[in-house]
Amino acid sequence: MEPVQPAHLQELIDSFANKDVYIHLETTNGSYASHFKEGFFNAGAFIRNVVVKYELGKVAGESPHRIGLKLPYGWVYAQGITHYTLDEHGRLLMAGLDPEGKLAVSLEISETPFTY
Amino acid sequence: MIKQERHVLVIFPHPDDEAFGVSGTISTYREMGIPVTYACLTLGEMGRNFGNPPFANRETLPQIRKQELLKAAEAMGIDDLRMMGLRDKTVEFEDDEKMVKLVADLIEETQPSLVISFYPNLSVHPDHDATARAVVRAVRRMPESDRPTLYTIAFAHNTKEVLGEPDIIHHVEGAAKKKLATMNAHASQTVWMMKDMEKRLADQDPEALKWLHYERFYTYRWDRDFE
Repeated sequence: MEPVQPAHLQELIDSFANKDVYIHLETTNGSYASHFKEGFFNAGAFIRNVVVKYELGKVAGESPHRIGLKLPYGWVYAQGITHYTLDEHGRLLMAGLDPEGKLAVSLEISETPFTY
Repeated sequence: MIKQERHVLVIFPHPDDEAFGVSGTISTYREMGIPVTYACLTLGEMGRNFGNPPFANRETLPQIRKQELLKAAEAMGIDDLRMMGLRDKTVEFEDDEKMVKLVADLIEETQPSLVISFYPNLSVHPDHDATARAVVRAVRRMPESDRPTLYTIAFAHNTKEVLGEPDIIHHVEGAAKKKLATMNAHASQTVWMMKDMEKRLADQDPEALKWLHYERFYTYRWDRDFE
């Protein structure tokens, strides 16, 4: 993955618009967050291989970026995206990595299902 | 003194769960000629260390960690490694009976005299606790006289209040090189920790040496069952 180049990422997001696509979306503080820091309120969410069709997708803000996908009846968004790649399977993988390289958020878009 | 065993079955949910506190024990069993089966439930697909600049992404991480697991098994001398195909962070959401059966089938097949896993609800990560619950339940369902011994690891902050001190202490200094090789095999997870650890070991830091040379377990007590 490379640091986000907003114009290029915008082109890639546009290329998946108006198609049925599989989504991976997660946010995480890590399963040990409240072990290492007592009282830490650990929250996160994870969906994988949910199919959506978005009509408009946008890269917003300076890095870390926000990515929003407008659906006919709803929304998908991720905040804190710093890195991206189009992998060899044509999947758009985006991630938000903290300064130590730990993932905090991930949004991925693919025309084929992700593995289990 | 490490007791002789017929067959040891190790069950953990993530590649590297075995490295920190059990790899010296596993390596020692193998040197004693004792068969060890390691069933690793997931490939740590949801790990967070990608590095900066990143060396992996969410979709490549499982293959990287699979290779690391194979290398770790080799470092410990394990020749029976099972990858059970579950997904990281989802173990507790699997059907409880399916999980018990997964463990029961492994026990039925390998006929272990000793099973090593986590202690239920004192092992911090939800996957650890879910694995431990399945292991305890599977063993509990066996007739008492057929049950393998169960060594457990616990590291929640309140462990000592609940369980006291570990009753099994293995001196594994003889396997120190293999333990370090196992830790280093899981590089994507340990490289940061090991940089610090190697410095502390070079400085003869007593806590670091204690970590390297001793491994501790709680024998599961059926008279103090967790549920």
